[in-house]
Amino acid sequence: MPRVRVLVRPKEGILDPQGIAVERALPALGFEGVSNVHVGRLIELDVEDRSQVDAMCRKLLVNPLIEDYEIVS
Amino acid sequence: MTRFGVIRFPGSCDDMDAVLACEKVGEAEILWHRDRDLKGVDAIVVPGGFSYGDYLRVGAIARFSPVMESVIAFAREGGPVLGICNGFQVLCEAGLLPGALLPNVGLRFVCRQVGIEVVDTDTPFTSACEEGEVLSIPVKHQTGRYFVPPEQLPAVRVVVRYAEGGNPNGSTNDIAGVANPAGNVFGLMPHPEHAVDPLTGSADGLKIFESLARVHAVA
Repeated sequence: MPRVRVLVRPKEGILDPQGIAVERALPALGFEGVSNVHVGRLIELDVEDRSQVDAMCRKLLVNPLIEDYEIVS
Repeated sequence: MTRFGVIRFPGSCDDMDAVLACEKVGEAEILWHRDRDLKGVDAIVVPGGFSYGDYLRVGAIARFSPVMESVIAFAREGGPVLGICNGFQVLCEAGLLPGALLPNVGLRFVCRQVGIEVVDTDTPFTSACEEGEVLSIPVKHQTGRYFVPPEQLPAVRVVVRYAEGGNPNGSTNDIAGVANPAGNVFGLMPHPEHAVDPLTGSADGLKIFESLARVHAVA
């Protein structure tokens, strides 16, 4: 069965406190030059019919009001 | 006497406090998430907790449970539906209320008493309140930051706001609770069902339940 990955990200422009927390933690560990950190979600699925994944995203996997998504193989 | 139905999902934890609050003004019974029958109740309470473990997104899975199909139909017919905390999140995911709830700005679980100002008393949930009245009610949540896209904000019917300087989670415009345009669906992050007895610090939350009972008595 084809393996499909869905990447879910906080929508651009929406405050992402998780991303900010990570961005602030990295310099404290000596990693400099890091910006624009965002924390999202990875959903992996084995699906018989890959064409259904977009509908799955819109109905359940993603809330389009607050999240963007990308389907990758 | 008003009959309340309180939904119980796997992971609900404020359902019994909601039942006790409802029983101060009427009768209450638990409605199991797998049942479609709402048993002819007059009003629905979707309580707080962590329905279905809050997996995927808060409220995302609960919104598709069998009982929610009936609750959505009940709301569309004008039946009063109150969503508290996780219940508010479920109602937003179900599309019965505008917006969504995001992780608190401070990323911390917030548990404390807050003041909420009633800005709309023309709903079945707030008719027993005075406009501008500040209710002392607890919040306890980690995902309570109310968000709507800026272009949708003017159309949102705000019912309660966090009192000035008391926004615990970074909610847009200090919004603590909103209603649908018709006013029969109301969701809020603070917990009125935890504030119905002076023994626990405040009985202000009772006014929400008294409002519901009053509406039914008039009808």
